[in-house]
Amino acid sequence: MSHEPGSPFGGYNFAYLDENTKRMIRRALLKAVAIPGHQVPFGAREMPLPYGWGTGGIQVTAAILGPRDVLKVIDQGADDTTNAVSIRRFFSRVAGVRGTTRTAEATIIQTRHRIPETPLTEAQTLVYQVPMPEPLFRLEPRLAETRRMHALADYGLMHVKLYEDIARHGHVSTAYSYPVMVGGRYLMSPSPIPAFDNPKMHRMPALQLFGAGREKKIYAVPPYTEVRSLDFEDHPFRPHRADGCCALCGSTTSYLDEVLTDDRGGRMFVCSDTDYCEERQEAAATAAPASTTPAPETEGVA
Amino acid sequence: MMQPGFTDPVLDGQSVFRAVLEATSRPGRVQEISAGLTPPAPLHPATAAVLLTLADTETPVFSDAGAAAAEWLRFHAGCPLVAAPATAAFLLATGAPPALEEIDLGSDEAPQEGATLVLQVASLAEGGALRLSGPGIEHEHGLHVEGLPQGFLAARAALAPLYPRGLDIILCAGTRVAALPRTTIVTALPRTTTVMEG
Repeated sequence: MSHEPGSPFGGYNFAYLDENTKRMIRRALLKAVAIPGHQVPFGAREMPLPYGWGTGGIQVTAAILGPRDVLKVIDQGADDTTNAVSIRRFFSRVAGVRGTTRTAEATIIQTRHRIPETPLTEAQTLVYQVPMPEPLFRLEPRLAETRRMHALADYGLMHVKLYEDIARHGHVSTAYSYPVMVGGRYLMSPSPIPAFDNPKMHRMPALQLFGAGREKKIYAVPPYTEVRSLDFEDHPFRPHRADGCCALCGSTTSYLDEVLTDDRGGRMFVCSDTDYCEERQEAAATAAPASTTPAPETEGVA
Repeated sequence: MMQPGFTDPVLDGQSVFRAVLEATSRPGRVQEISAGLTPPAPLHPATAAVLLTLADTETPVFSDAGAAAAEWLRFHAGCPLVAAPATAAFLLATGAPPALEEIDLGSDEAPQEGATLVLQVASLAEGGALRLSGPGIEHEHGLHVEGLPQGFLAARAALAPLYPRGLDIILCAGTRVAALPRTTIVTALPRTTTVMEG
């Protein structure tokens, strides 16, 4: 395969980044996997899209991606939003990799703020786009201080914050970016995924990599690693889910988005994971072509 | 004459890295490296491929592999070679590695600065007498290592209380790679200790 100008990659190196940058990111990734939950600084490069659009995730994906990979990109669970489409197209242009929307087909899944509903396997790697890697930043703005707190595993401040939430509101008022302890040692931000997705991180068979471009940090959760959402014995962690079922596929267990349908208060709930929803609709259509109402799942989530 | 490096530095580097990433993510699983290198003795193809993939001008390398290997690394990876183990980011050991307390283990605030030891052994296979547990391992992985330096596992185990500081180890033999990141707990089944002392 040629990497010269005029090559299939539009004059860029395979997967856009130069080899020195990839090596630097790869070294950071290996250390991140070796120290689960610890934020490893890296020299994030300027990317052809702005901060906040997944520059960290893209650099991680570019450093691991090979020609035989199949890439899925989701934005809030959807494969067809601007961010997801542009990133998938970016990698098809600069690396020639095949894109997919099917969770089960993908070898690398880059995600913004969701974990797919379909359970991931050992053959897959999940790459998170992270806006703010530091879980303590609202409590302690000085990075020098948070580094020391991580070094000493001094996370009392976060417990106090959760306690104050409970004292004030009766429950923990964090619905996304809900802090987790990784491997019993590091407090970690799961990126702004809904707390609903937190339990999926626990002992996941797939490798989970996190990239924060603006904050220049990489961290990781190896497969089968303990990931616990912070809670108290008398206030156990409870993932939140809208009380309803998907208007399209009838799922009562998937994470739902609320969609406004008119300006008179009309609304409906649909699966946030578009691939999961479509596969369920297709399955329902083939199972019972005459029926118009999809069968709801039996198991519910409180 | 100097032996060649990667035929395709971009794609060979990528595939070797994925093998090392997989090995590090799932300690004890043995990965096959297919980059087809013919490095100077005493380097095995896997050892050479791992160093070419990860080392460059930014990473000082300590090597015990002799002048030909050092020259090959300097030419193809462009890495500075250092004599003091404490200043190296990567340590290449084809025999007994330097005393582990001489190696940079990082600090509590920056544990990622701990060095990586690329340890070449005689052979590697899954399902051996070493029982591995920790992050990346569902229940337990078995690993068979031939040619591990005597007392090495005990010296490594002595570093565990220092976590998150620590030393990450990439084991290479022939075209095979396995890893022992600092979080992996290794216990040897007692009756087969002769195997690990190879």
